[in-house]
Amino acid sequence: MTAKLIHQARWNEPVVMEMGVAGRRGVVFPQPETDAAALIPAGMRRRTKPALPEMTEHDVLRHYLHLSQQVLGMMGVSLFGTCTMKYNPRLSEALGLRPQMAEIHPLQPAASIQGLLEIVHNFDLILRELSGMDQFVFQAAGGADAAYTHTCVTRGYFAAKGELEQRNEIITSIQAHPCNPATAATAGFKVVTLMLEENGYPSIDALKAALSPRTAALMINNPDDMGVYNPQIREWTALVKQAGGLAFYDHANFNGVMGRIRARELGFDACMFMLHKTFGGPKGGGGPAVGAYGCSAELAPFLPKPLVVKNSDGSYGLDDDRPQSVGKVREFLGNLHIVMRAYAWARAMGADGIKEAADLAVLANNYMEKKLLAIPGVARSNPEAKTWRMEMTRYGLGPLKEETGLGVVEVGNRMTDYGIDAPWLSHEPWVVPEPFTPEAGELWSKEDIDLWCEVLAKVCDEARQDPELVRTAPHNAPIGRVDSEAPEDPARWATTWRAYQRKHAATRARAAE
Amino acid sequence: MTIAHPWMANSVPAIKQAMLREIGAPSIEALFEQIPAEHRTAHDFALPPALRSEPELRRHMLSLLRKNTSCEENLSFLGAGIWQHHVPAICDEIAGRSEFLTSVWGTAMSDHGRNQAWFEFASQLGELVACDFVGLPVYSWGCAAGNAVRLASRLNGRRRVLVPEWMDPERLAVIRQYCEPEGMPNRIAVELVAQRAADGLIDLDDLRTKLNDGVTAVYFENPGFLGIIETQGAEIARLAHAAGAEVIVGVDPISLGVLAPPPDYGADIVVGTTQTLGAHMSAGGGAGGFIASRDEERYAREYPTLNISITTTRNPGEHGFALSLSHQSSYGMREQGKDWTGNSVYLTAIANAVYMSLMGPEGFAELGELVLARSHDAARRLDAIPGVSVRWKSGFFREFVVDFSATGRSVAQVNAALLKRGIFGGKDLSADIPALGQCALFAVTEVHAPEDIARLATTLEEILR
Repeated sequence: MTAKLIHQARWNEPVVMEMGVAGRRGVVFPQPETDAAALIPAGMRRRTKPALPEMTEHDVLRHYLHLSQQVLGMMGVSLFGTCTMKYNPRLSEALGLRPQMAEIHPLQPAASIQGLLEIVHNFDLILRELSGMDQFVFQAAGGADAAYTHTCVTRGYFAAKGELEQRNEIITSIQAHPCNPATAATAGFKVVTLMLEENGYPSIDALKAALSPRTAALMINNPDDMGVYNPQIREWTALVKQAGGLAFYDHANFNGVMGRIRARELGFDACMFMLHKTFGGPKGGGGPAVGAYGCSAELAPFLPKPLVVKNSDGSYGLDDDRPQSVGKVREFLGNLHIVMRAYAWARAMGADGIKEAADLAVLANNYMEKKLLAIPGVARSNPEAKTWRMEMTRYGLGPLKEETGLGVVEVGNRMTDYGIDAPWLSHEPWVVPEPFTPEAGELWSKEDIDLWCEVLAKVCDEARQDPELVRTAPHNAPIGRVDSEAPEDPARWATTWRAYQRKHAATRARAAE
Repeated sequence: MTIAHPWMANSVPAIKQAMLREIGAPSIEALFEQIPAEHRTAHDFALPPALRSEPELRRHMLSLLRKNTSCEENLSFLGAGIWQHHVPAICDEIAGRSEFLTSVWGTAMSDHGRNQAWFEFASQLGELVACDFVGLPVYSWGCAAGNAVRLASRLNGRRRVLVPEWMDPERLAVIRQYCEPEGMPNRIAVELVAQRAADGLIDLDDLRTKLNDGVTAVYFENPGFLGIIETQGAEIARLAHAAGAEVIVGVDPISLGVLAPPPDYGADIVVGTTQTLGAHMSAGGGAGGFIASRDEERYAREYPTLNISITTTRNPGEHGFALSLSHQSSYGMREQGKDWTGNSVYLTAIANAVYMSLMGPEGFAELGELVLARSHDAARRLDAIPGVSVRWKSGFFREFVVDFSATGRSVAQVNAALLKRGIFGGKDLSADIPALGQCALFAVTEVHAPEDIARLATTLEEILR
């Protein structure tokens, strides 16, 4: 395969608020049997109609189809790191629309949703086996929500021990996902952040200095987004335990270690899996998602409720009678339609398939590393490290930027002209200059990886030969490069069409003066 | 394993070998050298046997799903946080498009269509709730309310929030979580304001007693948990504002074709559900929430949501859509960010956008009137059954409280009998609000035909005879 320019669809599609004709209808309803006018209490009737478009069903369909066609969204090659791009089996999408999944109300009697509860319970058992934890809960609607769940469970656990006021600090590291410090702060904890040292992870000494009788928990991922596995992690969890704190494993980067380690055996008290990443659920542009939160038997009484349980007669039920539970982090049981997909994925893979996926993910990353480091202008995080990396590596285009003035944002934009989704850069703060973080996982073929590397090489070359071409990219996208300053300016930002109309009219009026 | 897995391109042995050769590694196992031997599990992973073929997997999954019986095979009157509304077919068609389904976080240009759909979600919702600033959705209505209370508290530095006594226990539990439990220094105390037994409306005397300069916000809903339309919104807002508190109103936007949008009666911040706008119930997986307000910097700079703003591009006259105010999120500022931001229900937002475009102003008005008419028809019919009474006979939207106390049966008994006859009765309120006695909350929407209501009534008559 060789790098070839593509062209995305360009429909010049108007904003839907400009579309339609008064009187057209997209959906109609039966006439009521009785007059509803008198049923609205005085003063509560809407006075002016919402200014929504009036369109036919066909026009609405075409409009949104056009929009869908203007999304690159993994239709080419997307190695979007930290998100573990997988194939999302369309069988599960079809199953999700069946009434036995889509038309289930969460308050239905347990007897009427035995199949669903069986799926949840059996998937809980699969995750227990993969992690060594004693109980999972699926209420959290994303990975960050699972991190939040941990901070809530931490509060409940220490409140029961009478140590909540004393233990008011949560320790994390600068490479941990921002959701860890952010949820800790939202839950009311002070955040202590450890910096990376020369091996690529914080030192034991730094951890010891941070630990104290105030420590409530450690929240950390391993390996990190640079593909560095902290070999001292068992000592870490032991030290946290010694200090009386809880160790939480953010398993965002599970794809490279699944089938080889168990969080509980490494001394963690709790962990989190992202079912929309590692377990084959679709990204959906950011959810619906599930952060599956698992913990030890000691923490289980504090989990959000209800829990799905298997009764002694073999039936499944909901256990809501959990007096020490921290309550709820979100209404109902969670995104069970995504749990269903994750269960189907795990069944299709099996233990051997899951281990093979980790094998292939780590193989692909090291294969890609060899190709990428051969491209002039590309640097690697922790350049001194001699070992093979885990399932992803962080790189930087610092050398290219120094040479050409063009960095990772411009290069990423130009890559989309070749049908390659722009890579994930890095969470804040940027530890590596001009960072990018590709992750091939087990999905992408050797040919896809070769193509991706070839496109990057080609764009780096273009940056030297024709910098203007790269600076003004993309050229083959549905629209030209956006002005990202207006969205930060209170006089110009507009998250709705009505705000835009008001501000736009004001701008025009000023221009006319 | 000799057969390559359909989802793993490089599981072909020759490719593995070629890749290993290329990097000069002796084996795949060697690549895991960073993991110390003592970290590796000594046990095999005992998972259920793999179902690699799609026919086997499909058969297995169907065998499980068939053990469920849904609101399609049964006649359901469950609501209370997730509602059965009609989902137009093209909502599924669009939300199922692969480009939307598998997009992650492309650039504003390469994923232009999705950003536009998100802007159209916010723009159309903004029309319904009459707010100029709308963020991308959060996990649920309860989470949105929790975020909004925290937002209010950051604005005015106060630490008490007043909420209605008869709130949805699910939503209230989430709000309590977001407000932090006792023992936390920054806890926001959640205090309940009484509702009047006579009409279910908020007791203004109790509100006046509890309002003072420590109250960060007054939160109420329209319709409330028990379906009641709160008509005193303007007075509640006046009292709250006089005490320096923010007014947060929770709504189901599906009611806003007929009911006044909350800013009309003084709301500063509007939150609510997105599930009813074209999302299937999916056992609760359809849940989604939103936060909206006036477009004032004071509010905008405290939003914890992702926000998409319309903007220009380098091509004259062309619209683009880009992230707005992302630096204030946890992605930009870690623990200094506004609460936290992460994956949410952004694919559902696209189904929501499609739904609102289909409905238009007349669709929402027509639907609102139909729901009002049919729910009141149902209430009248049930109220006529001997021993059964509807607690508040008018002034509600979609949901109403049915009192079985005088029948001598518990709601649990009634619902068990209904279940045998293929009907999911209303949510049992007897444990959540004991003061109401043996009451249940029935939801009637446009999916309920007159014959469904008749069937419910005659079945109840038969059961209670």
